[in-house]
Amino acid sequence: MLSRREMLMAGAALSAIVGSGLAGKWSRVAAQQSLSEDDLLRFEPLGNVTILHLTDIHAQLMPVYFREPSVNLGVGDVAGLPPHVTGSDFLRLYDIKPGTPEAYAFTSEDFVALAKGYGKMGGLDRIATIVKRVRAERGEDVLLLDGGDTWQGSYTSYQTKGQDMVDAMNALAPDAMTGHWEFTYGTERVQEIIETLPFPFLGGNIFDAEWDEPAFDAYKMFEKGGAKIAVVGQAFPYTPIANPRWMFPNWSFGIREEQVAKNVAAARADGADIVVLLSHNGFDVDRALASRVGGIDIILTGHTHDALPEPVLVGKTLLIASGSHGKFITRLDLDIRDGALRGYRHRLIPVFSDIIAPDPEMSKAISDIRAPYQAELSRELATCDGLLYRRGNFNGTFDDLICQALLDVREADIALSPGFRWGTSVLPGQKITVEDLHNACSMTYPNAYRNTMTGQMLKDILEDVADNLFNKDPYYQQGGDMVRVGGMRYSIDPEAAIGSRISSMVLLESGEPIEASKEYVVAGWASINESTQGPPIWDVVEQYLTQNPVVSVEENQSVKIINRKS
Amino acid sequence: MKINRRHMLSLSAGAALFSIAGHRSAWADVPAAEKRIMDFAGGKTPASGKITLTAPEIAENGNTVPISVNVESAMTGGDMVDSVIIVADGNPNPEVATFHFTALSGTAVATTRMRLAKTQNVIAVAKMADGSVFMDKKEVKVTIGGCGG
Repeated sequence: MLSRREMLMAGAALSAIVGSGLAGKWSRVAAQQSLSEDDLLRFEPLGNVTILHLTDIHAQLMPVYFREPSVNLGVGDVAGLPPHVTGSDFLRLYDIKPGTPEAYAFTSEDFVALAKGYGKMGGLDRIATIVKRVRAERGEDVLLLDGGDTWQGSYTSYQTKGQDMVDAMNALAPDAMTGHWEFTYGTERVQEIIETLPFPFLGGNIFDAEWDEPAFDAYKMFEKGGAKIAVVGQAFPYTPIANPRWMFPNWSFGIREEQVAKNVAAARADGADIVVLLSHNGFDVDRALASRVGGIDIILTGHTHDALPEPVLVGKTLLIASGSHGKFITRLDLDIRDGALRGYRHRLIPVFSDIIAPDPEMSKAISDIRAPYQAELSRELATCDGLLYRRGNFNGTFDDLICQALLDVREADIALSPGFRWGTSVLPGQKITVEDLHNACSMTYPNAYRNTMTGQMLKDILEDVADNLFNKDPYYQQGGDMVRVGGMRYSIDPEAAIGSRISSMVLLESGEPIEASKEYVVAGWASINESTQGPPIWDVVEQYLTQNPVVSVEENQSVKIINRKS
Repeated sequence: MKINRRHMLSLSAGAALFSIAGHRSAWADVPAAEKRIMDFAGGKTPASGKITLTAPEIAENGNTVPISVNVESAMTGGDMVDSVIIVADGNPNPEVATFHFTALSGTAVATTRMRLAKTQNVIAVAKMADGSVFMDKKEVKVTIGGCGG
């Protein structure tokens, strides 16, 4: 149970490599030569069962750069609590030294310099190596669980309708999964894939929309290490609200807390020694759920893309946050005896792609998957002089670029870009490829609309999205970030109530305040409305990049946060 | 994946009688909803407990929001539910439905769907045969949607 100490020990061991003299900016960190796969995977085994948890890979088969957020505010009771801790505060909270591999993996601090030193993270072939090593060590008593958002988020996943990820994940052989973006392939495709999966797709909160009865299996019982482990699946509750409901009209979701409680009780009655919730609720929703529904030993959280080096304990429930984009995989050893969880040991393993050897079989499978698309994937579109990234509550430079493209190519006054949490980073000076662009916008409803909206409508949209992010009751949060805005600035008070968070909306071009009754030309993408007209967003951005082969990112000053709590 | 079974009917069998409220033209406000509850409760202030209202936190489709109510009751002798009223405090007509129960209902369980034009409280009030009243309330958000993930 000494995950904190283990982390500290790991941190101490690794920081010794970097040396104590480093402070401030690092132009080059040469630690990777000294860090070994064994260091990253070292784990004193415990108990009789090991859970491996992966989530929110967003179709990233290959290693990526992914900058964690520098702004990730919590409101109400969770202000200042993990995962709402970023940057140097995060390093202090978890006793991580600046400049260390952990600092690079977990925070945005000195990201560019550290990225150059420590390299890309993730890659399903590296993950395969870890999974195989753990299985070799622990034998049959391993459960590999996938929290979903696996099939969407890349050029090849879009081209193959998720088949690339399905094939690669099948090779990794998970024991169960749940989902969210999976559903944006539409009912028919989702059903077609699920019929072929050699493991269950669980979703206790997915109901038939007409008859209001369960549409998916809620849980599966596994016997491992002489113990019975019930894995209950919880898909993203707001899939039909955050994503186009018309694509899967017969499925209704929701948190359905009472249903979770029923499923947990059914699993217990079925003889479960422990109950694991494989969840795509989002961290704050799961934290609230853990305090309200008894009998859940472990929640494997997902959706909000948080990477936490140690579990958060709520009552008797362990909350695990395993990051996103394949950057991390959780190893959780469990001691299950006499019908209960007696102990655990946890490590969130950072998948440093230059250190962990790729598994040859998975590497081959991935390159076979990518081969037909390789020329297009590596086609270079432009160069950016700054870091392109997305994560953060209010803005990211990749979204600034997308908004700029929308304003320019679609000749709009104002651009709106959704606050997705997926999308990889591109280092300064690195060529922006088709693959990079699609990592930021690959989806099945990519049309870039161009509409007129009144100032009032714009304010209503900003208020609505802000409430999805900052409602003090986590059950009303949808887990995305704030919608990104181009051509306009505004102020936001996250702690205020819906309707009074947004103020000082100003059109940047004229410097005039946005007027409630005036109409503005607005360009955006990823509308959830059926039959949205317009070219796919990647065509819009590509056109802009063709006209602007060298782009710059400037500090985004369009969002002012007011009344911010420390 | 499970095949749909049509047990929707059995779900709502507990409701012996289902009445839709009549039309009124003016938009309701909170006092109108409160007044309707007070009328139903015979002037008593409803207590919490006994009744559970289940509704989504955020409506997937404001035009048809599923809700259900369940009142803990033996439904015999003195422990009987007389009726349950459902009120939506932001709808043009706050009174959504009244369910009447008898001993033959067996359980005091009812399910229906309602239209919610905007974010508001849905309130369920149960009147017991002995005149005591119980209430549960849930805010259902009606949102523009999109931008999640």
